[in-house]
Parts: sequence; structure tokens; C-alpha cells
Amino acid sequence: MSTSSATQGGFYSRIGIQGVTLVLFAGSIASYFLFPEHLALLTQLFVLMVFALSYDLLQGHGGIVSLGHAAFFGLGAYAAAILARTGYNDPLLGLVFAAIVSALVALVLTPIIVRGNDFTRLLVTLGVASLVYEAANRMRWLTGGADGLPDFEIAPLLGLYRFDFEGRTAFIYSFAVFALTYMFLWRVVTSPFGLALRGIRENARRMPAIGSPVRRHLAVAYTLSGGVAGIAGAVLAQTSRFASLDMLGFDRSAEIMMVATLGGSGHMVGVSVGAAAFGWLKDVLSTVSPKYWQLGLGIVLMLSVFVARGGIGSLLDRLRFRRSA
Amino acid sequence: MTAALSTKDLSVRFGAFRAVDGVNLNVRPGARHALIGPNGAGKTTLVHALTGSLSPTEGSIAIFGEDITRLSEKDRVRRGLARTFQINQLFRGLSVLDNVVLAIMERDRKTLAFWRSAAADKRAHDEAREHLAFVNLTPHADRAVRDLPYGSQRLLEIAIALATKPRILILDEPAAGVPSSESQAIFERIHALPQDLTLLFIEHDMSLVFRFSDRISVLVAGQVMVEGTPAEISSDDRVKEIYLGRRTGHAA
Repeated sequence: MSTSSATQGGFYSRIGIQGVTLVLFAGSIASYFLFPEHLALLTQLFVLMVFALSYDLLQGHGGIVSLGHAAFFGLGAYAAAILARTGYNDPLLGLVFAAIVSALVALVLTPIIVRGNDFTRLLVTLGVASLVYEAANRMRWLTGGADGLPDFEIAPLLGLYRFDFEGRTAFIYSFAVFALTYMFLWRVVTSPFGLALRGIRENARRMPAIGSPVRRHLAVAYTLSGGVAGIAGAVLAQTSRFASLDMLGFDRSAEIMMVATLGGSGHMVGVSVGAAAFGWLKDVLSTVSPKYWQLGLGIVLMLSVFVARGGIGSLLDRLRFRRSA
Repeated sequence: MTAALSTKDLSVRFGAFRAVDGVNLNVRPGARHALIGPNGAGKTTLVHALTGSLSPTEGSIAIFGEDITRLSEKDRVRRGLARTFQINQLFRGLSVLDNVVLAIMERDRKTLAFWRSAAADKRAHDEAREHLAFVNLTPHADRAVRDLPYGSQRLLEIAIALATKPRILILDEPAAGVPSSESQAIFERIHALPQDLTLLFIEHDMSLVFRFSDRISVLVAGQVMVEGTPAEISSDDRVKEIYLGRRTGHAA
């Protein structure tokens, strides 16, 4: 690997990616042994991390905002749940099916999403997500409407490991999905396509002047991002054996935007850690005060702007540079 | 001989205002063709129309005989018509090298690949370093563009455009905003470009225009008032009156 990527926040330099990423992966595995009572929560954190990474491909790397990304997450969740209810309940099959459904919907929607600027895009993505939400709400025969989709079984992982009551299989499954999507997305952002995506983020106006098919790049980014978001949703549906409207909702779309910003846009380790921290904090605060947890979360988010401008990712970078200096 | 770049009755209107008004331009292959004129004459609007970031209201544009009036900016670049910008349009958060690598990869249609490592593409990186060497930016290759001195950023503008392998290069005030000591250096680099590359450039500094161009079109109020060799233009009374005579009133 050449030095050409050394300036991109220091993150893509070879040593950096291996060092911090290995710590992230090691920490993820260690959490299994450190918090054996909380495997269900940890599973949800991995789901949130995958979802956050999928969104960060758009906002962090492509500089494209979206206020409707939960639509793809929820589509994946419903796709996996509906497939499982028809009897095809192999978890990996469900994962692939969910990824394809979400990616296809994302691809179909791109022509209307890539038009316009950031502000119109916020409105359009918001509108599209509302439509998907309402459609899921109305199609009771398929989605169960407001009651959601319970009552489906997921077959053992690889035909061997049952999804047990303690959530061990769910933990390992969700961690494996996180690790693989992380590596996949890392390849994407360090590929020629990833470079073009950062080009769009840095100067969308120059791109056509170097012959770049900007709309096509955006379509690919949306499709990949939507597919990965669908995978995250599928894992949540499969491990909780439930799919519901809130998985498609605006709250979740807004939340993932916060998470990506808190983690540090365009910084994959930062976004992963940010997602884990956010999910954990939400859980702790809602245990401490079921009534006022959102207040606590709001305060932390506001403080984070002052303490960690540029997100957790830039904090990590600073730590690393201090050590190596 | 077929012109490298030609327009026929090209007009760009904004409402009732004719920014470009029936321009017939003929740039021969390998020319060093300067486009001059007072502020507000429509030079940059003309460039936008030529490169496709603005659609003309009337008329047509052709490169090497092929009509490109209806092509998008991207497709014109792919046919060999590149440009630089009067105000830097760089990828500021990326390294200097990656700015050029990106242009090369877009040219070679490599950017659709999301499964491959960009850094492993040695050929693209080697070529990018050649372009940087040409504009004397080799020592800055790994710096972020936003940390680069302004004059060097102007040179990077040119390197990025060169990386698209153009047949025609349009330079919109390549030395805009740099002190005259550095603008010399920028024009030395432009002068060193391959002879078969057709150049059309906008420039305000008349000494640079007369030194580096072999053909000059004078644009006034959206129309080509006169076209000729540097010697013809410098002795043209109307040009003296309209352009050179008002030099004192010129913002630059």
C-alpha cells in the first residue's frame, strides 16, 4: 500500500487500520466474556454498529445525507421475518434475502434521491421513508401492521448452532456479521470507487469535469448502503424473532444520523465505537430513569460536540498520534 | 483543416441578457489560443457553455468535427475536452496525489470497482506522480490539498485536468490570484505542454497573453469583436480603445 492515503485522517494508513481495528475487534470478542449477562444487549449493539457503518458510507464517505435510512433497515428486518415465516428459516438465507431486497429497493429509489442538493435530499429521503412506513402499516396481511411480526422460528446457524435462550449464538452470529460487513465496507472505502465517493464529498462540482459518472456512483453507494442496512435489520429481526414498525421509523433514521456524527463521519472505527457507546448509553440511561433517559442522552450528545468535535474517531486519531509522536 | 474546437452562432442568454451572443470560434489543433476581453464580456460563460456546465440557448459546439452541443460535461471530458477553473475546484480533504489518481481512475473507468484496492493500483499512482512532476508538485504529493500554498493549488488544477488526457484543454485564468512572480512559473508550465495539445486560455495579463499565445480572440459584450495574431491584436485600434485603453479602470 502506498503512502497516498496517509493524509485521509491518518486512518487508512496500513498500521492505523490494523492497530485500531484489531483493538475494536478484540474488544468486541472480549465483551462476550466480560459481560456474559448482557449478550442480548451486545447483540443489539452489533446490529447498531452495522447499521451505522452502512449509513456512514453515504454521509461520511460520500457526503450524502439521508433522513430515511431506517427504511432499508426495516425492509431487511421484514424481509427476513417474512421469509422465516414461510418456512425458509435458515438465518444466512434470510440475511442474503434481506440484503437483496433492501439493496434493490435502494437501487430503484436512487433516481429520485440523487437529484437535487442536501436539503432536497433530506426531504426526499424523509418522504420515502414515511411512505415505506405507511405501506408497512397498511399491509397487515404481510407485515402484521402495528402489531408487528412475531411467531417465527430461526433454524440453527449453519444447521448446527441453535439460537439459545442465553443469546450466545445470537452474539456470535451478530459479531460475525459485524466483522464481515466491516471488512467489506473497509474494502469499499479504500477501493477506486471509495476514492470517487470521497471525491463527491470533497467537491461534487469538479467530478463531472474529470469525466466522473456522479449519479452512477451515488446509485452504487445507495445500493451498497441499503443492502448493508438491510443486513443489520435482518440480524435484529432474526435474533429478537420479531419485526415491527419502529424498525422502519423516523426515530431510527434520526438516531443513526446522530450515531454517525457522534462517532465521527467517515471514520469507520469511530463510527463503530460511537454506535456501541450510543446503544450502551441508551440502555443504561433507560434503566436508571425510564422516564427521563432521553434528557440524559440529549445532554451527552450536546456535550460530545464540545468535548469531541469531529467525533470519537478524531479523538482516537489524536490518541494514536500522541503515542507515536 | 478541421478545427479542434469550433462554435457556430453560439449564444447563452439569461432572460433578456445576452452573456454570449452569436460567437463563432475556431481553434485550430495545437493552438495556443487566448480569449481576452474586459470584465463581464462573457468569457467564463463561454467556457461554461463549451465544457457543458451550461447549456447554450442557441448555436452548436464541435470538437474535431464532432458535434458535442448536446453532450453532458462528463461525456465531453471523455471525448477529450478538459478544463481548469478560475476559482480552485479541488478535492481539498484528499492528498495531492489522490486528486490526480482519482482523475486517472475516472478516465480509465476504474472507479466502478468497489472490491479492489485503490492503493494497489501502481500504474495509476506512477502516472499521477508523472503529472505532479510536470507541475513541480512532487514534494507535496502526500500533503492534504487544503494545506497546500495557493500557487501550488493552481498548478494542481492543471495536473488534474491533464490526468484526464485531454486533446483540448481550456484554462480559465490559470494564474488568477497569484502574484506575478508565480504566474510566470505557471505559464512556463503551460508553455511546456505537448505541442499537439490544443489550448484555449483566458488571461488578463496582456504581457502573458502576447508572450504565450499564437492566436487571440477579443470578446466584448458577448461577441467576438476581433480575432487575430498577437501582432494584429496589439495594433488594432478598437482593441486598444476598448481593452488596453481601459486598463487603469481594470480591477486586476
